[in-house]
Amino acid sequence: MNYIVGAFKPPCKITISFSDARTRKQASIKKENGQMMMVPLFQSQENIAGEVSIEPVLGKKVEHNGVKIELLGQIELYFDRGNFYDFTSLVRELDVPSEIYEKKTYPFEFSTVEMPYESYNGINVRLRYILRVTVSRNFVNNIVEHQIFWVRNYTPPPTINNSIKMEVGIEDCLHIEFEYNKSKYHLKDVIIGKIYFLLVRIKIKNMELEVRRRESTGSGPNTYVETETLAKYELMDGAPVRGESIPVRLFLSPYELTPTYRNINNKFSVKYYLNLVLVDEEDRRYFKQQEITVYRIMENS
Amino acid sequence: MLDAGAEDEEKWLAEGIAGIQHNAFFMHRALDSNNLKDALKFSAQMLSELRTSRLSPHKYYELYMRAFDELRKVEMFFKEETKRGCSVIDLYELVQHAGNILPRLYLLCTVGSVYIKSKEAPSKDVLKDLVEMCRGIQHPVRGLFLRSYLSQISRDQLLEIGLQDEGDAENVNDAVEFVLQNFTEMNKLWVRMQHQGPAREREKREKERSELRDLVGKNLHVLSQIDGVDLDMYKDIVLPRVLEQIVNCKDELAQYYLMDCIIQVFPDEYHLQTLETLLGACPQLQPTVDIKTVLSQLMDRLSNYAASSPEVLPEFLQVEAFAKLSNAIGKVIEANADMPVVGAITLYVSLLTFTLRVHPDRLDYVDQVLGACVRKLSGKAKLEDSRATKQIVALLSAPLEKYNDIVTALNLSNYPRVMDHLDNATNKVMAVVIIQSIMKNATCISTSDKVEALFELIKGLIKDVDGSADDELDEEDFKEEQNSVARLIHMLYNDDPEEMLQIICTVRKHILLGGPKRLPFTVPSLAFSALKLVRRLQGQDGDVASEEEPATPKKIFQILHQIIEALSSVPSPELALRLYLQCAEAANDCDLEPVAYEFFTQAFILYEEEVADSKAQVTAIHLIIGTLQRMNIFGVENRDTLTHKATGYSAKLLKKPDQCRAVYACSHLFWVEDQDGIKDGERVLLCLKRALRIANAAQQMANVTRGSSGPVTLFVEILNKYLYFFEKGNPQITTAAIQGLIELITTEMQSENATTDPAADAFFASTLRYIQLQKEKGGTIGEKYEPIKV
Repeated sequence: MNYIVGAFKPPCKITISFSDARTRKQASIKKENGQMMMVPLFQSQENIAGEVSIEPVLGKKVEHNGVKIELLGQIELYFDRGNFYDFTSLVRELDVPSEIYEKKTYPFEFSTVEMPYESYNGINVRLRYILRVTVSRNFVNNIVEHQIFWVRNYTPPPTINNSIKMEVGIEDCLHIEFEYNKSKYHLKDVIIGKIYFLLVRIKIKNMELEVRRRESTGSGPNTYVETETLAKYELMDGAPVRGESIPVRLFLSPYELTPTYRNINNKFSVKYYLNLVLVDEEDRRYFKQQEITVYRIMENS
Repeated sequence: MLDAGAEDEEKWLAEGIAGIQHNAFFMHRALDSNNLKDALKFSAQMLSELRTSRLSPHKYYELYMRAFDELRKVEMFFKEETKRGCSVIDLYELVQHAGNILPRLYLLCTVGSVYIKSKEAPSKDVLKDLVEMCRGIQHPVRGLFLRSYLSQISRDQLLEIGLQDEGDAENVNDAVEFVLQNFTEMNKLWVRMQHQGPAREREKREKERSELRDLVGKNLHVLSQIDGVDLDMYKDIVLPRVLEQIVNCKDELAQYYLMDCIIQVFPDEYHLQTLETLLGACPQLQPTVDIKTVLSQLMDRLSNYAASSPEVLPEFLQVEAFAKLSNAIGKVIEANADMPVVGAITLYVSLLTFTLRVHPDRLDYVDQVLGACVRKLSGKAKLEDSRATKQIVALLSAPLEKYNDIVTALNLSNYPRVMDHLDNATNKVMAVVIIQSIMKNATCISTSDKVEALFELIKGLIKDVDGSADDELDEEDFKEEQNSVARLIHMLYNDDPEEMLQIICTVRKHILLGGPKRLPFTVPSLAFSALKLVRRLQGQDGDVASEEEPATPKKIFQILHQIIEALSSVPSPELALRLYLQCAEAANDCDLEPVAYEFFTQAFILYEEEVADSKAQVTAIHLIIGTLQRMNIFGVENRDTLTHKATGYSAKLLKKPDQCRAVYACSHLFWVEDQDGIKDGERVLLCLKRALRIANAAQQMANVTRGSSGPVTLFVEILNKYLYFFEKGNPQITTAAIQGLIELITTEMQSENATTDPAADAFFASTLRYIQLQKEKGGTIGEKYEPIKV
């Protein structure tokens, strides 16, 4: 859309501002070009209110068939770039067809907007919320301006949060029992646990715990799965003997995690796994992966 | 190849050091600019150099020390950081974000130290967390060093805990718990080192492990320094836990070192009170562990402790230290049936030392130890092992040194039984030691029972054992030994003559077994010892002389007779002869004429039958003459017989000069300067004349055979005899005879074929000068000499 703006000088300047912009929290977001930017942060059920101001370029008038503002929740799959799937769409008419000669402001408000999904920038998928202002015109292209905002939803701590406990092994070779204190962790949580060696017949060099993110997009034959290792955390150095128990304490805060997203609008999922890896002296890797659920709690700052 | 390995290692070390320095540089910059993030980053990178597996422990230590110095700075930084408002809890979390475990844990320990000092959390929680987290390092060398670092940085705090919270047992408990846990883990790692890597490098690994042992032992040291660790805690917690670990690790090196460590590090008093526990662990150790050294150390320490102050002795009694130790040693020996004898003996030596120090009054303990030793040795052949022998000597010497008194040792029934197990040579050495001890302390052995026991002990010196006489026996050593036996005989003494007689009989019994080589050494001692008794009886004679009393001179003389007779088997006639003469003289003093006569008879018989050598004959005859001259109990008849014999033999000597001298010596037999001595001037003169004749004959013989007459010495000597008797007033010696003799000598000297002998000339000259002097004296003597012209 920008190219249109570039080619034909827009006859007016549209700005969208939030009424509580000063006090509202902001999220720092990595743009596609890698730069960070700050955007206002919302959560579901919030009122989204503000003003749209349209200021025609000096000495020009803007003739329109109406002005509207939309709140859109969009999912963009990168194999189908540019094609947004709107899962939420709310519209407010701001003006009836008329002409604008001078700067004109329209307040708007979407109250208790349902925004079930969080904003997300993934490898193959993006979920975003925008406010789009459209000035409809006859015969020429509509004038469109949009403002991105970020949504994060907080969940209360789960009532049931069992530990993960499991005994795994290779027969007559290696038997271990591991335990992570929970199966659900919030973003700044600490994973506490221990690895207990029941049988060790291989020469282990070290052991590490990986935090992996698995993002799957699409469905059916068009499913794309991307796995990223976000954390590699060495737990043990050297070869343990039978009976040894190695403590685990991994702080999640240094890593950029998101909550677990399950089947977001049938378009994508983001899941997290703890991968326990044992490396032997020949650099063979023995591992066991366990899914954990990540959730976001309200940070009390 | 080995050099190449060492070279590589040097290179790797250099690389590691360079890595540390490089990162330390950036770290310092970050520290100076208070950049926490960079500081953590570079310190973690720096510590990553410690992740190497390529260095030997020795080199690794060098690397570690470098990193350690840098960590001190990091710690200072953390401390300042907390002052600047960064909460230590945040720091504690922050350092745990590091991905690599080793740098992470080093930093964690460093922050932990600051954390504890800040007192923001109970130190026990922090310590517990640290020691728990360190489990992540399972690599033995890296783990040991990390935990050693932990132990080092926590040490001051631990000691402080002990000091501060005197009475706050809980904190002390926690501190102790922490150290114990760290110790346990370190020991496990240390032991594990042994089992990793190829078997062929076992020895190398063992060496490397030895280098690391102090890292483990330091924990025990810390435990001993924590103030709150009192006896109860040591007894209930520390010792059982440490021992449990020691026993369970089943590693020879570790068990030995740590046992030793316990013994050295904790106070003696604790050992004493926990003896049972400590000793109980000993049989559970690996069979290859050198328990004997460990136990010896323990006993040495306890002995020294006991010696340090007498006040502690009751404690020893209270805990029955001896019984426990003795028991433990028994068990250890029993458990290790294949332990070399030397080991067992060493243990007994230590136990004995202990006993002597702690229970000097309990001879039965000493005997018990010796008895145990005998049991161990019994059924075995004589010891071949020189070290074992040495230990036995030590074992046997200890009581001697302690009591300074062989008499005590003689009460130990097992003492000789232990000695039996020594080989002959050592047995002798031991016997000499015993004798020397007696000599040194001038111990008097005063009953025949003890003498009997003593001789049983030193029988190696008294007789040839098992008939296996050593052919290579060093003559000098033998003499030395026998001389000491001879000296020993003089140390056997009792004031009571009867007991003394018993002693003499006992000794006689033993030494007569000694065989021809020994008798010449031992018999004289015994004979004189007996003679001494005779003299003593003679001194008190008069008051008792009843026949029933066994200790009469007569009886002793009988014994003496037998003793001396034994010498005939040697044969050593000269010695026997001398002894007979001694006895005769003693008998003379006891007024036992027949006895004296008998002795003389024996002497003469010996002279006739055994003394063949002419020189020996000369000596013998002079001895006989000398002794006979002093005898005063003989009746006329006996005396005549004997003097007759003596003069007869004198004249029958081989060489003329010898004849001459013997004969003029015989002259004294007829002139005894005593109150009622005989003074038979005529026979004196006869003797002298006969001597003169013989001298003449000798002169002529010399003339004939050599063409020159011999020196005039003989004449001068005879002249001197003349002068002697002249002075004594023998009427038969006239001035004329003297005058004649002088002239004779003068002519002889001037004769052309006389050989000049300066000595003889001088002798004659001084004789003449004497006469001159006598003359000048005036008075009766001057008058007497007056007629003689010089």
